[in-house]
Amino acid sequence: MSEMDEAIQEFLIESDENLSQVEQDLLELETHPDGSDILANIFRAVHTVKGTCSFLGYSKLESLAHTGETLLSLLRDGDITLTPAIASALLKMVDAIRQMLTCIQETTVDGEEEYGELKALLTELQKGDVAPSSQSDAASSDQVSEAPVDADQTTAEGEQVVNEEPSADEVALSVSPTAVAPVEHASNAAVVEEKKEKAAPSGDGKSQSAVDANIRVDVGLLDKLMNMVGELVLTRNQILQSPMILDDAALQTSSQRLSLITSELQEGIMKTRMQPIGNIFGKFPRVVRDLSMNCGKQIRVEMEGKETELDKTLIEAIKDPLTHLVRNSVDHGIETPDVRQSNGKSSEGILLLRAYHEGGQVNIEITDDGGGINTQRVAETGVKRGVVTQDQIAKMSERELLNLIFMPGFSTAEKVTNVSGRGVGMDVVRTNIEKIGGTIDIQAHLGKGTTFKLKVPLTLAIIPALIITTGHERFAIPQVSLLELVRLEGEQIKKFIDTVHGASVCRLRGTLLPLLHLGQIVGLDVKESGSKNPETMESPADASDAEAVENVVNIVVLQADGQRFGLVVDEINDTEEIVVKPLSKQLKGVPVFAGATIMGDGRVALILDVLGLTNRAGMTIQHTENSRIDQLEKGFDGIGSRDTLLIVKVGETGQLAIPLTMVARLEEIKMAALEKACGKEVIQYRGEILPIIQLCDVLSYQGTPDADSGDALQMVVISHGQRRIGLVVDRIVDIVDEHLQAKQGSTKPGILCSAVIQGHVTDVLDVQQLILDYAVLPAEESVEAFIEDPVGEFVGV
Amino acid sequence: MNELKQYCTFLLDGLFFGVDVLGVQEVIKFQPMTQVPLASRVVSGLINLRGQIVTAIDLRRRLELDDRDQDSPPMNVVVQTDDGPVSLLVDDIGDVLEVSDDTLEPPPPTMKGIARELITGVHKLDEGLLLILDMSKVVQVPQLKEV
Repeated sequence: MSEMDEAIQEFLIESDENLSQVEQDLLELETHPDGSDILANIFRAVHTVKGTCSFLGYSKLESLAHTGETLLSLLRDGDITLTPAIASALLKMVDAIRQMLTCIQETTVDGEEEYGELKALLTELQKGDVAPSSQSDAASSDQVSEAPVDADQTTAEGEQVVNEEPSADEVALSVSPTAVAPVEHASNAAVVEEKKEKAAPSGDGKSQSAVDANIRVDVGLLDKLMNMVGELVLTRNQILQSPMILDDAALQTSSQRLSLITSELQEGIMKTRMQPIGNIFGKFPRVVRDLSMNCGKQIRVEMEGKETELDKTLIEAIKDPLTHLVRNSVDHGIETPDVRQSNGKSSEGILLLRAYHEGGQVNIEITDDGGGINTQRVAETGVKRGVVTQDQIAKMSERELLNLIFMPGFSTAEKVTNVSGRGVGMDVVRTNIEKIGGTIDIQAHLGKGTTFKLKVPLTLAIIPALIITTGHERFAIPQVSLLELVRLEGEQIKKFIDTVHGASVCRLRGTLLPLLHLGQIVGLDVKESGSKNPETMESPADASDAEAVENVVNIVVLQADGQRFGLVVDEINDTEEIVVKPLSKQLKGVPVFAGATIMGDGRVALILDVLGLTNRAGMTIQHTENSRIDQLEKGFDGIGSRDTLLIVKVGETGQLAIPLTMVARLEEIKMAALEKACGKEVIQYRGEILPIIQLCDVLSYQGTPDADSGDALQMVVISHGQRRIGLVVDRIVDIVDEHLQAKQGSTKPGILCSAVIQGHVTDVLDVQQLILDYAVLPAEESVEAFIEDPVGEFVGV
Repeated sequence: MNELKQYCTFLLDGLFFGVDVLGVQEVIKFQPMTQVPLASRVVSGLINLRGQIVTAIDLRRRLELDDRDQDSPPMNVVVQTDDGPVSLLVDDIGDVLEVSDDTLEPPPPTMKGIARELITGVHKLDEGLLLILDMSKVVQVPQLKEV
């Protein structure tokens, strides 16, 4: 009995895969109606389902599959051609088979439903629009149904036939439309077999090895392996941090090996859990097809990067949000054909699904070329629904207005359809994406289309995190929510931190950043916890009273739910890869922790839930706050009053300022690394050729201050878009946050102006000019795009 | 005829307690602990048990007894629950005792407070009374109230 159960289980899994394939193939067939290979695939898949279920005794299922197969065989032989009606019927058949499979899974029988109507429809369609009407339905269906069976029996012969008569195929095909039924079907049987056999040498090699090279593994087992690897990583970290390693060379070697093997093992196990995003994408053409038919729209789905892989749990987690976004694009985004035409677009809308890896994350974009989003209407609806007030609207930027659609209780759809528009959804989409540590962004151009951009991590189990200390306890902050770290010392504290009605704020580049004190939020008052467990930390008791005693304030700037805030912590330690472990039931009620992890020294550290922190601190989403954030962003672009500058020494007297936003890296290079290309100095840098500018020569400063600096050169790598150049300077001095006032214009090319910075007259480098003059422009980028860039305004205050 | 049952015994504030030995995974000495701020005060913290993170419950606080001395580190009795292991902090560990259930009596009706919920019975032994704890109830930490 159990063997039988196993067989059924296997049948269910296999059939499910087969059906998914059939569904995708059918949709593809609609766009490429001449794909005979595809038809053969579909036929084979349905035939397999039919064969297995007859063996297992599911007669109803068999009879339905059989009817469909009959229709398919006619299609494949070219007796009839595929029409949308046929495709719809076949898709319905797939659904019906699925239903029966579900029924089998639950009750072990294939249900009561006979699907008589569907079968009748399938039979009706067999008549097709070509005219093989001379064949009676009954006859053809009977004979064709036998055909595969015959073929199976005559496998050995079939092969011979093929070998001896290579033209049998053509003969059979040319004869089939007109031939008398019995003869025709006999030859058809041969053709079926022949096609199979033909496919065999090329296709079989692949499929054979594919079957042999793959095994099904229980997800539970993989999860267990993943956990164990996680623990191995922790143990490895503990060993690597042990001081004993340094004393013993042999131990050092083997621990390095251990480290390497562990990393590879971790990577390997992670890979086993990776699945291509195509698994989700594959479902969308069907969703879109059905929906667009409902809405009377014409939509073509295009997909890029189907093979992009991410963790299985994440695949599951983003399935619903993605489906929602796709439905949304079909329902609200893309217009009806007549509207599109009157707007000068082709009547067929395009929905582009795109996935790609970027910076250790997976980016997923859903783009439609529909009507975009009317921010005016968004604003009006927002006010109408009471999500925002008129005053707030007036202050909001375009981007903030767009982001209103993620607010709970918001929907711009004029009529609620069964597809979308109930005003729940977009906020749920965002919550779900953020739950897995992802972000969602929206770009819309009125009349041109909308793009939703999702960023999700590759995996959930192991994440990079920043480790911080507060009240002698370490905490981990997931790096996804981290924006930047700010350290204020001595006088700066008074200058930058203010208290507004009991709430502390920090002036960060001219805007106010709300501050939360981690120690206060989690109730770890430093003194109290210090007396409670004096043995836990070796640091002096006053080391962390950030506000009063110490004259250093460390601020971790975080972003959660669209708002930024600064978290004041005692110490910022390091970034580390941590293994996330859930908290036990006893701690479920604690809102500010997302889990726990084991650190390299074996101690447990809690992982902060950034969203929970803001809730705990009673921060509410305020749009006035958000507009400040927007200003903060603008500050980065260079029109803010304060700018961060890298100060370098060039020559004997020259002091230069370079906007830090343009600086990619600071490097030390060997004189010997300098080479020449086209008569100009270059070095090989990260696999590309980097043009080098000796600032001292180019800007004709006098002499070099320390000629005996050996053969090491200080280089500032400037990057803009894809262009990079290396500036050779004599010394890197400092990074300052200065309010720039151009004291004196400049006549020297390459210098924008001169200003007093930290008591020195400093020339501000005209980076844009330098890049234009020296950087090699990649061919595909136009110069105009570059000139439009606001870099030139950097000091244009 | 009398059924024998084994109990893992330990001391708490001078009282002698026992839990079913089959539910006990292991007994380990005091481990460095990570406090969980904002959690119920019954939860002492988290310990690293060979790569597994285990919540430690201070049984003295759970039973509403006085806090123990700072100087005497508690022992961990790790018990298995439906949601994985949980560590119970006790003053000192005793022997595993095999007792017959004819010495068992229900808890005295005069017993009050939380102990009434958590203690299921009392064994009259020669060396004193052995209080039997209901493990499934002990590991249920009351949800903390908002501060």
